Amino acid sequence: MASRRVNQDLPIIARFEVRRRNYLAPDGSIQRPLPAFASDAKLLVALYRSMVLLRLFDRKAVALQRTGRLGTYAVSLGQEAVSVGIASAMREDDVLLPSYRDNGALLWRGVKLEEILLFWGGDERGNRFSGPVHDFPFCVPVGSQAPHAAGVAYALKLRKEPRVAVCLFGDGATSKGDVYEAMNFAGVHRLPLVFVVANNQWAISVPLRLQTACETLAQKAIAAGFAGEQVDGNDVVAMRAAADEAIAAARDGNGPRFIEAVTYRLGDHTTSDDAARYRSAEEVQARWKEEPIARLRAYLVAQKMWGKAEEQRLAAQCHEHVEAAAERYLATAPRRPETMFDHLYADLPEVYAAQRRELAGEHDA
Amino acid sequence: MPEATLVEAINLALGRAMQDDPDVVVLGEDVGVNGGVFRATAGLQKRFGPERVLDTPLAELLISGLCVGMAAQGLKPVGEIQFMGFIYPCLDQLVNHASRLRNRTQGRLTCPMVLRTPHGAGIRAPEHHSESTEAMLAHIPGLRVVMPSSPERAYGLLLAAIRDPDPVVFLEPTRLYRAAKGEVEDNGEALPLDVAFVLREGRDLTLISWGAMLKETLAAADALSREDISAEVIDLATLKPYDEDTVLGSVAKTGRCVIVHEAARTGGFGAEIAATIAERRLSSLLAPVTRVAGYDTIVPMARLEQYYMPSVERIVTAARGVCQFT
Repeated sequence: MASRRVNQDLPIIARFEVRRRNYLAPDGSIQRPLPAFASDAKLLVALYRSMVLLRLFDRKAVALQRTGRLGTYAVSLGQEAVSVGIASAMREDDVLLPSYRDNGALLWRGVKLEEILLFWGGDERGNRFSGPVHDFPFCVPVGSQAPHAAGVAYALKLRKEPRVAVCLFGDGATSKGDVYEAMNFAGVHRLPLVFVVANNQWAISVPLRLQTACETLAQKAIAAGFAGEQVDGNDVVAMRAAADEAIAAARDGNGPRFIEAVTYRLGDHTTSDDAARYRSAEEVQARWKEEPIARLRAYLVAQKMWGKAEEQRLAAQCHEHVEAAAERYLATAPRRPETMFDHLYADLPEVYAAQRRELAGEHDA
Repeated sequence: MPEATLVEAINLALGRAMQDDPDVVVLGEDVGVNGGVFRATAGLQKRFGPERVLDTPLAELLISGLCVGMAAQGLKPVGEIQFMGFIYPCLDQLVNHASRLRNRTQGRLTCPMVLRTPHGAGIRAPEHHSESTEAMLAHIPGLRVVMPSSPERAYGLLLAAIRDPDPVVFLEPTRLYRAAKGEVEDNGEALPLDVAFVLREGRDLTLISWGAMLKETLAAADALSREDISAEVIDLATLKPYDEDTVLGSVAKTGRCVIVHEAARTGGFGAEIAATIAERRLSSLLAPVTRVAGYDTIVPMARLEQYYMPSVERIVTAARGVCQFT
């Protein structure tokens, strides 16, 4: 590691700290006093159900992709607690700006499974979804949604609305100027904006140590003038608690926050990737011991909030839900080709309307 | 009617738009207290406050990305990039987001933003301040690219750009900022986008240009008239989508066409116009469509830039050649 020491005779003018938050150990045992909501069985079960549904949905999506019925797809395997935990702390009128791996957040906010499939199946209508109308769609160019989040948050602040923008991205995105420029601006204007990095240790094949020399990604917030904390991203109780605090602070006018959710991508980057090319099975195997769903289940069972009967019922419900959504997706006919022009401009200029007519097989007089 | 320079007309349009619509926000580097390095935003922060006229950090990508986020939330941001040479970090935002937000959400989110920037050479500016890369922007589906050439059109077209429900890149001819003067009534009336302006009617050939090059193009038309060559002059004004009807109608009438642009010839927007004419009005043509353009080299710095930009002489020579073609 690079040396951090300058001439020790110089006076210290500023000190910074980064804290880490975790409540549940990988085996579900309690590591430190829990936040009040951890005794709310209804909430915890809702979080659990969402994570289980997401994992099952991912499995179905991959099966559809493997059988040629879906395009490239990015699974959330192992990091379900991050996007679900964050989204659960948002209000409906808050604004979500997700990356392409944040299905869990979209699901929590009311986007339908078939809409997500429609997007990954190559149909823009998937982004005209049933979630909040102001939420952004998946962002594929890594980190490029961060400046949008700053623009959204600026608009919310300008209009004095008690709403918060929440921007999700992965560890690779923290290497991009986009993210730093957005964080820097958010700091300057104390914007109601929460940045969440799902640090899953891998940006496709590039490990975190090749992204940054920093001990934590949370400390990147320090350079932008606001607080960052590291959270056990496989502990949904910690994710929810961190999100609650950060979103409340942002809503109360205390400016942006940065949450580093430490997790692990148990799956391939996408269905087009083969992670065995660049990381060992042993590494992945070890990380399975920390995954978020088994952890929460162990806690719920220990607290008598959950049992075998509930688990069986949930599995059946999720299966039915996912299968029905897949059927609706597969039954959705493609748009007519000429509709590719229909949302290009508010009013399609005549010069392109002629191309639309050509595509539609109509002939100009 | 009061007289204004082109940059004063921009300032009037910005002030008018901000006064008429509280959702209009101006942002960029030095646009606040300093009023912009060319003074295009002078006095606006004092009138409308630092929340609506904000000095951003020195980060062009951020400026364009902020505009996308603000626009999706219903504001009408007008971002300023200090010189076109610094617009390139914005291309990711323009290509991947601004131009396609409406399409990729099938109309759920829209992007009514304007990105303004000074365009072109001729003011003896430092390196990287003189390029004309409008064709690059005009290639992007979903954008509008607008370039005024007079104070009156700067005022009316900028108002139209700000009121337009889709993203517009507004390229301002740097060397006309103060050189071009004209009567501008601050009456809040916009000019139509997507429409070319016939600045001068003629019989013998059509001269097409945009932005600062209209100055030399109009001077060339004057010179040609002394040789009894009657040139029609078209200010394209909106490059994307461009007004094919006006261009094709004029060429059908004159049968000859010279396209003048400061940008390098290869892949310049003149090629697009020439191709359209070849496809649609070949039978009207009495001579090959000819381009007078910047050379296919890096825009030289101050000492040589005058040799790079098309001169009145080059335009006149090309026009004569077209008229003498048999």
